Amino acid sequence: MSIFVDSDTKVIYQGLTGSQGRYYGLLNREYGTQVVGGTNPKKAGEDVDGIPVFANCADAVEATGATASCIFIPAAGVYSAVMDAAQGGIKFIVCITEGVPAHDEAKFYNELKAQHPDVQMLGPNCPGIITPGQCNIGITAGHIAKPGGPVGIVSRSGTLTYQALYELQQKDIGVTTCVGIGGDPVPGTSFIDCLAAFEADPATKAVMMIGEIGGSAEEEAADYIKNHMTKPVSSYIAGVTAPPGKKMGHAGAIVSGGKGTADAKMEALRDAGVKVGLNPTEAGELMAEIVASM
Amino acid sequence: MDLFEYQGKQFFNQFGMPISDGEVAFTVQEAVSAAERLGTPVMVKAQVHSGGRGKAGGVKFAATVDDVQEHATNILGLDINGHIVHRLWIEKASDISEEYYASFTLDRSAKKHLGMLSAEGGVEIETVAVENPDAISKIHVDPAVGLTREAAQVWVDGANLNPVAVEGAVDIVMKLYTAYVEGDADLVEINPLILTPDNRVHVLDAKVTLDANSVFRHPDYAEFDETQPRDEREEAAHDKGLQYVGLEGSVGVIANGAGLAMSTVDVINQVGGKPANFLDIGGGANADVMAGALEVINNDPEVESIFINIFGGITRGEEVANGIIEALNRVDIDAPIVIRLDGTNAEEGRAILEPALNDKLMMEPTMLDAARKAVALAKGADA
Repeated sequence: MSIFVDSDTKVIYQGLTGSQGRYYGLLNREYGTQVVGGTNPKKAGEDVDGIPVFANCADAVEATGATASCIFIPAAGVYSAVMDAAQGGIKFIVCITEGVPAHDEAKFYNELKAQHPDVQMLGPNCPGIITPGQCNIGITAGHIAKPGGPVGIVSRSGTLTYQALYELQQKDIGVTTCVGIGGDPVPGTSFIDCLAAFEADPATKAVMMIGEIGGSAEEEAADYIKNHMTKPVSSYIAGVTAPPGKKMGHAGAIVSGGKGTADAKMEALRDAGVKVGLNPTEAGELMAEIVASM
Repeated sequence: MDLFEYQGKQFFNQFGMPISDGEVAFTVQEAVSAAERLGTPVMVKAQVHSGGRGKAGGVKFAATVDDVQEHATNILGLDINGHIVHRLWIEKASDISEEYYASFTLDRSAKKHLGMLSAEGGVEIETVAVENPDAISKIHVDPAVGLTREAAQVWVDGANLNPVAVEGAVDIVMKLYTAYVEGDADLVEINPLILTPDNRVHVLDAKVTLDANSVFRHPDYAEFDETQPRDEREEAAHDKGLQYVGLEGSVGVIANGAGLAMSTVDVINQVGGKPANFLDIGGGANADVMAGALEVINNDPEVESIFINIFGGITRGEEVANGIIEALNRVDIDAPIVIRLDGTNAEEGRAILEPALNDKLMMEPTMLDAARKAVALAKGADA
């Protein structure tokens, strides 16, 4: 079992004909993902290494029965790409592109909610999602993840997501699904969406959650864990020692006026019964202890 | 991107909001000439990317041109919370009856835009929020719908402004929302928004933060990028397109990925060291990027050791290792380097680095070990 995607998921790559889209689309296919098509209005009818290219998602969905898409379109075109996917019948949209303006994100988030409430968006600015051994959508290196379970991972940071997968693989612990929600101001999928899905997934027995300074998503997740989760959670928050007011690379990772600090987030998580590590390795060790005690 | 007050006012004025006449001055002479053209009395205002300008003596009323001369002399070069004043905004002084507050920003929890309006302006809005939260009238605006005049009217009515100010305030907040959305701003704030004795509602200060991600549709924002406050190191990194934040310690940090770079900074602190910077070189970690990163760090005189923390994902360990070796051949590094290389094909990568190791280039198996080593080297250099 898994959340959101599995071996049956058929995926369209929006921007498959671009260099990034082609590179990761083929890599994902090699991993075993059902990469059934791509889109590019100017190249409909062509193919990328045997993968058919369609003018838009509606055509691609009609021809292939795809339910998911992965966006590798430059930031300026992301808003249109998201709406094309939703209007075309895609139900799970993964947006890898970074540098999308926050106003665009806020707009398509709310338009999807109002006009396409059954569509789930992941990202933008995220590494994607992987159900090890079954389906890898995005830029995660598939071979660093051990298939199976019992751990689900949700993370706001790209490289720390890989780090978490790797720490668990080194300890011979499998992962049901690993979701990178991205560090942008308006992520389509939240920590809570993933925690709820992991709670409902019978194969997932514990969850590793990796957060960052800035915003209040981790505090909200802590509240959710406290009130709704029965499965154990381990966590790490990056940016414990980041100076206030400094923007650390991600649009999301900024602390202002004591709000969104790592300390506040760790405190909220501990209060919810979460095992909090001070670095990624420690969070991995805490998860290993949780798994060993099952 | 943070704008100076005067840039923010000019930005607002493009959307039809009323601002005072004024001029930028870089010297005392320019300030005096500006005041002569504008006519006294004027305000002499320090232009820095920092709050607390008034308290620091950076905002002065000048009744005469002689006063302008005196205040400009005092304010230019002043240090306001670590920001040195290099430019002034000389503005026609306004008569003030009342001071209000108005802003828009993104409420990340609600995933909607948040407008705030208060009759208690002129002070820190955080203070009002804590001491008298009911004094702030709030509105959540759905970005897919926008702000209607009816909704704005209800919102403004809730702020208990002077009744004569309501119509003018509705007009300004509608324009403020347009500026916020069309200008791709992260924050637009007017504090104070004033009511004048002749019952005009007027913008007296401007705080604007623009979304750097939106530059592709606002080519004119390049001029704001040039006036961002950066220290010498940050400027050099910016020129190379690197994600760099200067810190005050002695351990230089290079990592791939913002999360890993933040985590590296954390671990250095946890083992008793002080990071000199945050530097994210992104996923690829090729020789060009690595060489650029090493150059920036090498030019920081405070750096006593360097910690390169790379996790190979799609980019394999041997590519990373070859990149590091090539970069080291191009840049002459003074400080000892500690490398931690993990992830995809880490073994192969380490094998490539092995022959190059010496007392200036070391390798450790884990992030914690490498951090300890780098910190010990930095401290050894201090002694």
